Amino acid sequence: MIEVLAIPPLATVQDLGRDGLWSQGLGRAGAMDSLAHSVANLLLGNAPEAATIEIPLTPAKFRFCADMAFAVAGASCGVRLDGRALPRVWAGNARAGQVLELGTITEGARVYLAMPHGIDVPEVLGSRSTQLREAFGGLEGRVLAPGDKLAPAGTMERMLPESGLSCALPPLRSQPDAAITVRALASAEYESFTESSREAFWTTSYTVTPQSNRQGYRLVGEPLDRTPGDELRSHGIAPGIVQVPGGGQPIIQLADSATMGGYPKIAAIIEPDLWRIAQARPGDQLRFVEASLDQAARAGDEQERWLTNLDAQLSRTIAQQMSWS
Amino acid sequence: MPAMTETRLSPIGSRALLFEARCPFDLEHQQRFWALAEEAAQWPGVREAIPGMTNLMLLMDRVPIDIETLAHNLAILWRGGARKQVDGRLVEVDITYGGEGGLHLREVSELTGLTVDQIVEIHSRTDYVVFAVGSHAGYCYLGGLDPRLETPRRQNPLPRLPGGSLSIAGRQTGVSASSGPSGWNTIGSTDFVFFDPSRAPASLLAPGDRIRFKPAGVIA
Repeated sequence: MIEVLAIPPLATVQDLGRDGLWSQGLGRAGAMDSLAHSVANLLLGNAPEAATIEIPLTPAKFRFCADMAFAVAGASCGVRLDGRALPRVWAGNARAGQVLELGTITEGARVYLAMPHGIDVPEVLGSRSTQLREAFGGLEGRVLAPGDKLAPAGTMERMLPESGLSCALPPLRSQPDAAITVRALASAEYESFTESSREAFWTTSYTVTPQSNRQGYRLVGEPLDRTPGDELRSHGIAPGIVQVPGGGQPIIQLADSATMGGYPKIAAIIEPDLWRIAQARPGDQLRFVEASLDQAARAGDEQERWLTNLDAQLSRTIAQQMSWS
Repeated sequence: MPAMTETRLSPIGSRALLFEARCPFDLEHQQRFWALAEEAAQWPGVREAIPGMTNLMLLMDRVPIDIETLAHNLAILWRGGARKQVDGRLVEVDITYGGEGGLHLREVSELTGLTVDQIVEIHSRTDYVVFAVGSHAGYCYLGGLDPRLETPRRQNPLPRLPGGSLSIAGRQTGVSASSGPSGWNTIGSTDFVFFDPSRAPASLLAPGDRIRFKPAGVIA
């Protein structure tokens, strides 16, 4: 069990989200950065869908109430266990009474904290994710607060090396200070945007504004104009859709997206790149690169393969280290 | 994406597709989309088929490489013209019109030139058909608002309208199922529960069901 000592305002318990309830108006929720979430789980030998704690931005502090294994992955934030610096992505053992500190984030926007077999919260409608609007799932359907206690859902089967276990995440940007690049499909109203707007969308950067959260990110950049058409009738939408309301500044719907909307849609971010947006902070620049459905499919397969390979590699590393000790 | 001719299928996500057809916006055409949703939900690879307001979203198991075939099959099905007539249930919802839970009732009265009593009478006279469920969990898009109650959306949306708020805007009316932002004109409130995760199904209403609003009080 761990106790929350300090936590930013919007930390929640998340897994990979709820499927199959779109027709009842319930969105998916789930980890914004499903990749870092999955990596934190794999480090502990958990299934990728085990629940983790998603911690956005500012510092957080936890105390271990018992000896326990844990893992962290995601944004770069100077992780410390009783003052000892840990790698950005790490799994290891903590002793009862030790304090885990997540410092100020220097790159990225969200950190995931995993425990053996996941965070022990009840499964509701097929998932342990917090639905913030509907106020259920996760811990009592709400954001975490100091004083909350969270227990692991099981005991650790994997023996972690004394020095812990670490791995690398794919880089968020191609080089420091570069814009974060995400691939996108042209969507339903793409052709109705002016030629110069379409060009601006693919060739200029859009800045993440502070009006950005789990529901969606509002961006600002070259205005996207379109030849006015009929008012759109409300229709289903999904995370990743890039909508352009009247003002011409795009909104990307994310994990807590509504299930229906009515704004014109210029593009849709491919699923394997959504984690990059989850790790973008206000002020960060986004660049959109056009992709085909075929490329979206291949990118999805590549990401699955990357996770499978990582899992195998972690098992091999543990086997080697254990045979040496 | 070609301009919409008769029908159109567009990606709105890696595994999400939107099917639209040029058609009037009425119950008859909505029933065609309900039929389409029922059929498409059975197709291999389709995880969920969700009717919108005379359109249909398909959520797929995998990224659909061949959307031409899907588009073709949907177009043929659409042209078939089958309608799904739902013998839905009728649910009565008690509404307190006006007061704290219906902040904009007076304004709506000014905008429409109708008295508060006329608004209540006109709004509660019709049985509204649930055309689609979505936006937030349990929220119902209703058809059938009397044109005399047509009002523009608000210039400044409310950041947090409580669940159970009855609102109107344009030719639409609906009751928010949970608290959230709203740009509509709120004319009443109810403690009716539209979505409960401990219930199966969690959403009380489905497309084809009907709502009858019963005035439980009017606070002018």
